[in-house]
Amino acid sequence: MSAVLDTVLDAAAAVCLVVGALMSLAAAIGLVRFPDLLTRMHAGTKPQVFGLLLMLTAVALENRDPVMVPLIALGWIFQLLTVPVSAHMVGRSTYRTKHLNRTTLTQDDLQAVLNRAAENATGKGAGNAAENATGDVTGKGAGKATGSAMGDAAGNAAADTSAPSADGRRADGQQTDGSTGTR
Amino acid sequence: MEIAVAVAAVLLSTAAAGTLYRLAKGPSLLDRVVATDVLLAIVAAALAVEMAYHGHLNNLILMVIVSLVGFIGSVTVARFATQTAEHGR
Repeated sequence: MSAVLDTVLDAAAAVCLVVGALMSLAAAIGLVRFPDLLTRMHAGTKPQVFGLLLMLTAVALENRDPVMVPLIALGWIFQLLTVPVSAHMVGRSTYRTKHLNRTTLTQDDLQAVLNRAAENATGKGAGNAAENATGDVTGKGAGKATGSAMGDAAGNAAADTSAPSADGRRADGQQTDGSTGTR
Repeated sequence: MEIAVAVAAVLLSTAAAGTLYRLAKGPSLLDRVVATDVLLAIVAAALAVEMAYHGHLNNLILMVIVSLVGFIGSVTVARFATQTAEHGR
């Protein structure tokens, strides 16, 4: 390998390392300065995906063994698969425990969906309560009466069992995947 | 290359300090979860810097394990935080 190419690859790896470290620094600054949890999550994702990609690129450039490139890519793809899942879980937990700053939120698509689902649930629950006397025993209040909608029309049964109440919480005894099993 | 590694080390140390500040101060449990995730990403970045500097790949499995631990930890705590939210933070 020529000396020029060697130097160029070294320089590229050095640039990747410094920029990747800058991603981590940006995440830390965002964590310290941003006001609420959703914005901090946004900042925290930078080193986990793009920073790691740059770092692994630097490792591959320094290693210079084409055989190991799939292994390095595997490490990155693995991170790419797990980060969205954990971010989804943390974001959902944030929304339910109300640790978000409503004043900085410009759009909340989930609240509209939840309101509509809660309206559907209460409508079905009220219509069902007349003929189904056990509805009030399982459902706690009108907003969480989704458990009584089980005996409804077959076409809507799947949608009814997964309808959450207005604050994003499921009715009692209801699993997050829509089933009504025990916890 | 030495200069780049030194600069990266300084940047990563500063980033780790900021993350630790949020980890200690973070008003809610979920803030700490996010800070822990970022701290693990910084650890993985430091492992990658060491690999790039010495030109070996011994730490690659360790990086995968670090990301796996971060994933399992944050998912578990997030799941746990939804059920105990009524009892305060």
